[in-house]
Amino acid sequence: MNCSIFDIIGPRMIGPSSSHTAGAVRIGQIANKLVGSHVKKAYVTLYGSFAETGRGHGTDMAIVAGILGMDPDEGGIRYSHFTAQQMGIDIKIEFSKEEAAHPNTAKVHVVGTNGQEYTYIGTSVGGGRIEITSINDLELGFSCEYPTLIVFHEDKLGTITKVTSILAAEKINIAFMKVFRSQKSQAACMVIETDSQINESVLKKIECAAENITEVCFI
Amino acid sequence: MNMVFSTGEELLEICKSENISISEAAIRYELMISERDRDEIYEEMRLNLKTMKDSIKKGLSHKHVSMSGLVGDDSITMLEFASQAAMGERMAKIVASAMAVTEVNATMGCIVAAPTAGASGILPGVLIEFAHQHELDDEMILKGLFNAAAIGVLIAKNASISGASGGCQAETGSASAMAASALVEMRGGTPLQSLDAAAMTLKNVMGLVCDPVAGLVECPCIKRNALGAVNAVLCSDMALAGIKSIIPFDEVVTTMKNVGKMMHIDLRETAKGGLAATPTGIKIAENMAKAKQKTSQADNSKRD
Ligand code: SF4
Repeated sequence: MNCSIFDIIGPRMIGPSSSHTAGAVRIGQIANKLVGSHVKKAYVTLYGSFAETGRGHGTDMAIVAGILGMDPDEGGIRYSHFTAQQMGIDIKIEFSKEEAAHPNTAKVHVVGTNGQEYTYIGTSVGGGRIEITSINDLELGFSCEYPTLIVFHEDKLGTITKVTSILAAEKINIAFMKVFRSQKSQAACMVIETDSQINESVLKKIECAAENITEVCFI
Repeated sequence: MNMVFSTGEELLEICKSENISISEAAIRYELMISERDRDEIYEEMRLNLKTMKDSIKKGLSHKHVSMSGLVGDDSITMLEFASQAAMGERMAKIVASAMAVTEVNATMGCIVAAPTAGASGILPGVLIEFAHQHELDDEMILKGLFNAAAIGVLIAKNASISGASGGCQAETGSASAMAASALVEMRGGTPLQSLDAAAMTLKNVMGLVCDPVAGLVECPCIKRNALGAVNAVLCSDMALAGIKSIIPFDEVVTTMKNVGKMMHIDLRETAKGGLAATPTGIKIAENMAKAKQKTSQADNSKRD
């Protein structure tokens, strides 16, 4: 792997820990990107060392800050609980004693002001980088380092081609693509990491591309 | 020529055949692996430098209290003592700057991870305070930062820069090696002298374990940043004086990786061994857990 010199000197971030603080902000940020609107309500469960040393590292404040849409280098992280309260956003945090597969893990249940609802699991893997390992009970994996398109659908022949041909027509290059499903012909999900942003109208087109496409998110 | 170096040898080869410095090699490396142009790369590093300077200023301007209440004002204490320091006032000021940034980090202020948040004091402390003392401009500090980044890339590629996988030698050790190499270039040394300085720095802390008390980036981290600053200045002096590292840089990095692997898991950021497992360390962790319970009980009663 050729790491960037800015992986070495950077990121600019609020301390004290790149994995417990900066990574936690990034996990929180996924919440409002998934629902595609502001967040109305969120319930966060912290596991492993997120739960054990989370308070000392400000992990709870960091996740809330991310849910509010703040970046890892924003001074407001310290006051995120207060800000959420002021904005009338209902956020609860639980420090779980249960074991998790990875030490720095958070589960987030989020409800958007638009009524959209998701539950996802995010893991902080070091240096502020994260991985999303599950959405709505479907196990998957992506890093959020690229613009990421997530298409939920019922597993059916030809769906993938429909989506990728729209992207090709819009000249959106696919960097990586993975498909996850729970069982054959059941709930499935394409995770497509792209080289460029995807605008609303293209997302709409994808949503209407096939009947078995249930939801489209862009992160 | 391929600018994407993976070893110290390759980096030296590039510097020699292109007749460029390590800092220039780092910029050309980034040009090849990223989509940024030279101006964007400079701009990003300038932003990093600005945040670094701000964090030193903030740390030394007033006393802070960390998340645990354990630390926060040692940098100011050191600065006030600087004129009496046996290591000299200049060195003491560099140490105070390094500690200041780490304190800002521990108190949820803004820092630049270099290479990690825990070790974030060493590089800015050494480079910025040294430049201040010698009236060097920002261009020169930026050169230092690019040089340091090249060393960090080499360590990340061939060993590790995280305490969880390699112990503190990989975090504060890497940061000091980066700073030592950078200082050599800022002071007119050769690329080989830079690598020698980095190698000697890593050798000096080979095997240093990661044992944060209560799992927090506070104790011993802040003082290890102080040590890291001294180690960096020391090794840049040795290299510029003409002292060579007997074991070459690449071999030192490989062995740092191996030593990290041999390190028991309790000594790699899990806060189960080393200073974290001393009677005092355990007591601090217990007190924090109690305080945590109290606050979550309070939270719960609010909810009910
Ligand atoms: S002891 Fe561990 S957490 Fe502290 S600076 Fe060293 S590597 Fe980082």
